[in-house]
Amino acid sequence: MKQPDKHGHFGIHGGRYVPETLMPALKELEEAYAHYRNDKEFKQEFQYYLREYVGRPSPLYFAEKLTRQLGGAKIYLKREDLNHTGAHKVNNTIGQGLLAKRMKKGRVIAETGAGQHGVATATIAALFGMQCEVFMGAEDIRRQALNVFRMKLLGATVNPVTAGTATLKDAMNEALRDWVTNIHNTFYVIGTVAGPHPYPMMVRDFQSVIGTEAKKQHKKVEGRLPDALVACVGGGSNAMGLFYPFLKDTGVRLIGVEAAGHGIASGAHAAPLCAGRPGILHGQRSYLLQDAHGQVANAHSISAGLDYPGVGPEHAWLKDTGRAEYVSITDDEALEAFQRLTREEGIMPALESSHAIAHTLKLAPTMPKDQTIVVCLSGRGDKDIHTVADALGVKF
Amino acid sequence: MKSRIQTRFNQLHKQGGKALVTFITAGDPDLATTAALLPRMAEAGADIIELGIPFSDPMADGPTIQRASERALASGVTLEAVLAMVSSIRDQVSAPIVLMGYSNPIYSYGWQRFAQDAVKAGVDGLLLVDLPPEEAGELLPASKAAGLEVIFLLTPTSDETRIKQVSRHGSGFLYYVTVTGVTGARQSVSNSLADELENVRNSIKLPVVAGFGISTPEQAAQVAAAADGVVVGSAIVKLFEQYQGEQLQSEVTGMIRSLKDALSS
Repeated sequence: MKQPDKHGHFGIHGGRYVPETLMPALKELEEAYAHYRNDKEFKQEFQYYLREYVGRPSPLYFAEKLTRQLGGAKIYLKREDLNHTGAHKVNNTIGQGLLAKRMKKGRVIAETGAGQHGVATATIAALFGMQCEVFMGAEDIRRQALNVFRMKLLGATVNPVTAGTATLKDAMNEALRDWVTNIHNTFYVIGTVAGPHPYPMMVRDFQSVIGTEAKKQHKKVEGRLPDALVACVGGGSNAMGLFYPFLKDTGVRLIGVEAAGHGIASGAHAAPLCAGRPGILHGQRSYLLQDAHGQVANAHSISAGLDYPGVGPEHAWLKDTGRAEYVSITDDEALEAFQRLTREEGIMPALESSHAIAHTLKLAPTMPKDQTIVVCLSGRGDKDIHTVADALGVKF
Repeated sequence: MKSRIQTRFNQLHKQGGKALVTFITAGDPDLATTAALLPRMAEAGADIIELGIPFSDPMADGPTIQRASERALASGVTLEAVLAMVSSIRDQVSAPIVLMGYSNPIYSYGWQRFAQDAVKAGVDGLLLVDLPPEEAGELLPASKAAGLEVIFLLTPTSDETRIKQVSRHGSGFLYYVTVTGVTGARQSVSNSLADELENVRNSIKLPVVAGFGISTPEQAAQVAAAADGVVVGSAIVKLFEQYQGEQLQSEVTGMIRSLKDALSS
């Protein structure tokens, strides 16, 4: 069955759990997207910016040295870290920016955790000449000063959010409050495959360029489909982008890697698919970290981009149907993978992507040498240098 | 049998009066305070009491009610405890009690179990700001079977299709949100409000109460002229930041009295 259904449900997940004020705006967005996704000019313009501005297609790089060391399946890295702005996030903001332009919304807003989506939104706002406001938890602003400065250089206003836990989920609450208030002239650019319908579907579609390219590139070098795909999952946009074009290829294992933080048993993690239960937050039903009374629990991950208690509804559905598997990787394992890929391949992965690398380090040796794994290297690690230095006890 | 909410609106209608709907957050700053306040709010003139269920992520609320929610959660309030509190004071409060909040605590409790337990505790209605009729497919049959009224919202952005949809699924009353925005005090009432309310009242059988941003007796009277009632929330909740104990109780009842006077005059 085609997912989502016409009300945006993926099985029991997804939907539109939002205040009434937003319902007409979501309807308007849904209609605009339904029109432009099949519009030749829109598609051409999207492709143009992905090619000329983002620098696509991104390479599918064979990590030969790492493969040899692990002695198992061949490891291919889908190099989203080489995109303009340094991560996969820009694929989506280009798409939503072009849509905002056509819908004549002169103001865009975004939530951001690590700042990557904020930077990607500020970037397209600069490119398309739109006013841009980014909501960011006060705690994250402190942790990600560099990205805050980048957004300001790009002309965006960064609004600190002090409510609640002052992190990504609170930034999303505040962005939704702003949207409710400024609904007439504002386009909310959501950064992941979460939120009310049509966002999970639309962001997935914009990001599916990752999987479409990877499929073609893999076919060219290996003459067939890969055996497994591995990607990190916070909200889940890079994973969904990689997985989606392979959903019907049931011989391909889809493996999403959540952040286990200090370990699932410690309770300090960001792994709703592995250790949460269905809940309702930020306009959707999906797996959610929450206490026994339905209050949303704090997430923890060394990677700010994975530090979110929820996850996109399509992942929840892929888990329920068994089409995808979800595992988790601790802070320490991610840090080790960060260093290993840097030393062995000369590629510094974002801490988010390091979770996918860490799982690959475990998985590859269990697979025969004639099999292959495609790993989404969703972003580059420059932004995480301070966090890594801190964790390793290095002072500048 | 007529519900408590219907009965209340019928009485008001006969007297030509308007409903004063007042909001406080359950457990702000603790449940004992709420339990002591509810009977006095009703005596002071609250026709319907909306009781906020605290939630960690109140995305439709402005800073005042956000902070109230945080205070209540800090005191350890749970949905079970709110229902037990309502049950303990139910026979002392003449006004209908409507629980208002966000979906997840109710979903986590279980739609059906909640509807049954809420009615058993003496709760009359439920209003979830992030549960539009489209997503209420599990709640509605459960609440209907239990006898719990489900109240929906309409806003200035709602078109005819949405008004019809809410008219079909809603019960109790209709909550008209006067502004496109979050809860909290505003300087003035929108000029187009009277027309918007008239439009909604013409297409819906339920009583229509208007809320969001109404903080003074003057605003209440102005809005009530075009509606069946008004909701005052943040202005009352603000008092919880300034006062405590007996003084809080008398400030809250004092404000309710002056609002009710403005609606009656």
